[in-house]
Amino acid sequence: MQTLTNRAKLVDRRPMTALERIYLWNILKGMIITFRHIFKKKATINYPEQKRSFSAVFRGVQILNRDEEGRERCTACGLCAVACPAEAITMEGAERLPTEEHLYREEKYAAKYEINMLRCIFCGLCEEACPKDAIYLSQTFAQANYSREGFIYKKEDLLIPHPKENPEAYAKALGERKAKNN
Amino acid sequence: MAEEKKIFKITIDNITIDVEPGTTVLQAARKIGGDVTPPAMCYYTHLKGSGGKCRTCLVEVAAGSAADPRPMPKLVASCRTNVMDGMVIKSLTSEKVLDARNAVVEFLLINHPLDCPICDQAGECDLQDLSYEHGTEATRYEFKRRTFDKEDIGPYIQLHMTRCILCYRCTYVADQLTDTRVHGVLDRGDHSEISTYISKAIDNDFSGNMIDVCPVGALTDRTFRFKNRVWFTKPMDAHRNCDKCCGKVTLWLRGDDVLRVTARKDQWGEVQTYDGKPGWICNACRFHKKHKYDWEVEGLTNITRHSVISQGKYPGLKMPKETIAEVMGGKSPNLLMDIHEISGVNDPDIDLSKIEGPATSNTFNPDP
Repeated sequence: MQTLTNRAKLVDRRPMTALERIYLWNILKGMIITFRHIFKKKATINYPEQKRSFSAVFRGVQILNRDEEGRERCTACGLCAVACPAEAITMEGAERLPTEEHLYREEKYAAKYEINMLRCIFCGLCEEACPKDAIYLSQTFAQANYSREGFIYKKEDLLIPHPKENPEAYAKALGERKAKNN
Repeated sequence: MAEEKKIFKITIDNITIDVEPGTTVLQAARKIGGDVTPPAMCYYTHLKGSGGKCRTCLVEVAAGSAADPRPMPKLVASCRTNVMDGMVIKSLTSEKVLDARNAVVEFLLINHPLDCPICDQAGECDLQDLSYEHGTEATRYEFKRRTFDKEDIGPYIQLHMTRCILCYRCTYVADQLTDTRVHGVLDRGDHSEISTYISKAIDNDFSGNMIDVCPVGALTDRTFRFKNRVWFTKPMDAHRNCDKCCGKVTLWLRGDDVLRVTARKDQWGEVQTYDGKPGWICNACRFHKKHKYDWEVEGLTNITRHSVISQGKYPGLKMPKETIAEVMGGKSPNLLMDIHEISGVNDPDIDLSKIEGPATSNTFNPDP
């Protein structure tokens, strides 16, 4: 029979010889391979204790950024929503009251901000579109959840911790990539 | 003796067109249409005396007329220059004009704040389009920009003087459309500012039209303020019987909520004309008819596909028939999740079109 490629190997269907029938040699051959792998580098890690570092360009779950005083940067300009190819982002804007100047950076802010993580494809176009440095793709992935409802991320789920009230969590949320840049 | 009507021949960018005497070069160029037409920020066809201020419509006159074919020494504002027989105009084909246009845009942007992410005009702003086409990436201006405080002129209109480019269109609206003019330009030069005299309210029936004529976001609709971005609302042509105005408007809808009402605009961003009359609309139509049942909706407004407003709008879209209910004996499919039950955006209990000013935290989290 002519083979299509020269990589194909015909199965040897000759009856086994007496030596082969004992299987001893074949078992030994297999054990040598197993034994060799003990000394090789492991392909797996002990996940929750050890974590792999992400690539510098890894695109994880979005965070809504705050400025150095802890005010929300998002102004609900809608550019992330219009750039989003999966139409995952929705928002509602509101005007900042004079008493809320420590909360929001600009006179308009996002009163509601939602990302549908079931739709999100982590393309990063929202980050690219944002004129206010307000949305970033962080270096963590979206948590697993039992129900679909849990994947509609509200503003509270997305906001980065306050840099002054909770500096440790803030630094952690910034991730390695941001820390290097600063 | 019946005088024979004179027809002038004018050539703009090698395209020759016959126009009546008294036409401006800009109008002749608009008759040709397309890229030949110089942009205009201050000129407005329906406002007498407008034009000649912003200098964006500068063109080069390569030959003054058939009788005197010498070129004009400087670039001229096409909105204020009348055509002559045998005139030769260079607009796009002239390096000088394009250079001047870029410079004018840079000048207009010197004091203009870059707060497009906040501005309600973004998406339908003439200056935004213009700077997108002709502007530079960064400003060379290093000094402090002029700033003013926001001002509510009347209950419906908000003035952001910082954004104003002093095109004077709104003062012409006040002059020519309303019977009592209460606002104008105060001070001179860098300090000049559009204002009412000592915060006087503007409460004229046609004052809302100054929102439509404003080429930037200096005059914006307070009833629409921050409620949605222009390109997420759906423009629909609609009309009603109004005893004060033509009643032909564009509704800007979110779902069935009328978030904003404006006059219908033509391709040059000016109000459309009906029977030779500009279709200005009155304040009652603009600010008080915020229910869909007030209007007879005609259909989706034609939006050029180059505009961001056209995103997500599909005129002539035919949705395929839902067949599951038919096959299942009238039972509609069981949804695994209804997004409207979980999502807090577009809450049916909060109707943005019914609140007068912008939404605030009180709107979304009312005190118990």
